[in-house]
Amino acid sequence: MKAIVNVFLKNGVLDSQGKAVLHALSGHGFESVRDVRVGKQIIIELDESDSAAAKEKVAHMCEELLANTVIEDYEIEIIS
Amino acid sequence: MSAKIKVGIVQFPGTNCEYDTQHAFDALGCETVILWHKEDTIPDGTDLVVVAGGFSYGDYLRSGAIAKMSPIMKALKLYANNGGKVLGICNGFQVLTETGLLPGALKRNEGLHFISRHHHLKVISNDNTFLRHCEANEVVNIPIAHHDGNYYIDAQGLKELYANHQVLLQYTDEKGNIDNPNGSIDSIAGICNVNKNVFGLMPHPERAMESLLGSNDGRRMLEGFLSA
Repeated sequence: MKAIVNVFLKNGVLDSQGKAVLHALSGHGFESVRDVRVGKQIIIELDESDSAAAKEKVAHMCEELLANTVIEDYEIEIIS
Repeated sequence: MSAKIKVGIVQFPGTNCEYDTQHAFDALGCETVILWHKEDTIPDGTDLVVVAGGFSYGDYLRSGAIAKMSPIMKALKLYANNGGKVLGICNGFQVLTETGLLPGALKRNEGLHFISRHHHLKVISNDNTFLRHCEANEVVNIPIAHHDGNYYIDAQGLKELYANHQVLLQYTDEKGNIDNPNGSIDSIAGICNVNKNVFGLMPHPERAMESLLGSNDGRRMLEGFLSA
């Protein structure tokens, strides 16, 4: 089973990297770009058969290590 | 004669300021020992534990994030919760926020650059062990060297920091006017916990021990830990 974890800065926490990418894109003529956010994706292979149990385990990993919940939100997608 | 102050200095893979820190506390007459991160106890009689600067675990994932999983951190949490004094410098500050021993978090510098230079800091609260030899509003000159020094805390948390005198230092110019190098909220460079036994700052007082090398203002800061 595979888990895909996306980690992003929370809304309201300034994303300096997103801003830099936004400026670069706007400066290169991509005028329709309104906002950019940069996050990270963590792909985890697990020996689990139950996707609900897997999701719970990965959520625990996010709370313990993968995200800093003071400044970051996370989303988990389980692919069996 | 009173016994020597015992200082333990935590070393993770990627820590690189542990020997500067050791040199600084040795110069102040302390008994120092390097504590490898696989240790699961803090030696008896330790008066201060310093989490030194560097790039623990290559700053992979987030600065200080993987370090918080090391065995010594469990022992350090226990030590701090029993009132033991802890100082986190630079990456050590990041480790302490990741561990939850200090509130808030350290984000990528707003300008995205790694910044390495001397910077002026204003002392905000000195009613604590660390800065008791400094005057309030005094401006000190201390080197900074970091990529992720952009301190963040939510509005409520910030209010509490001020109310409890937990804001220790702000980045300023030499006159004490705000000069924010990295986007930190309120230009904050260092804080302590509510009980005032855990301290964290991004600047490096251990690199400001000799005026010949640019500044000895760090000496007065670290001397705060010398005797009760």
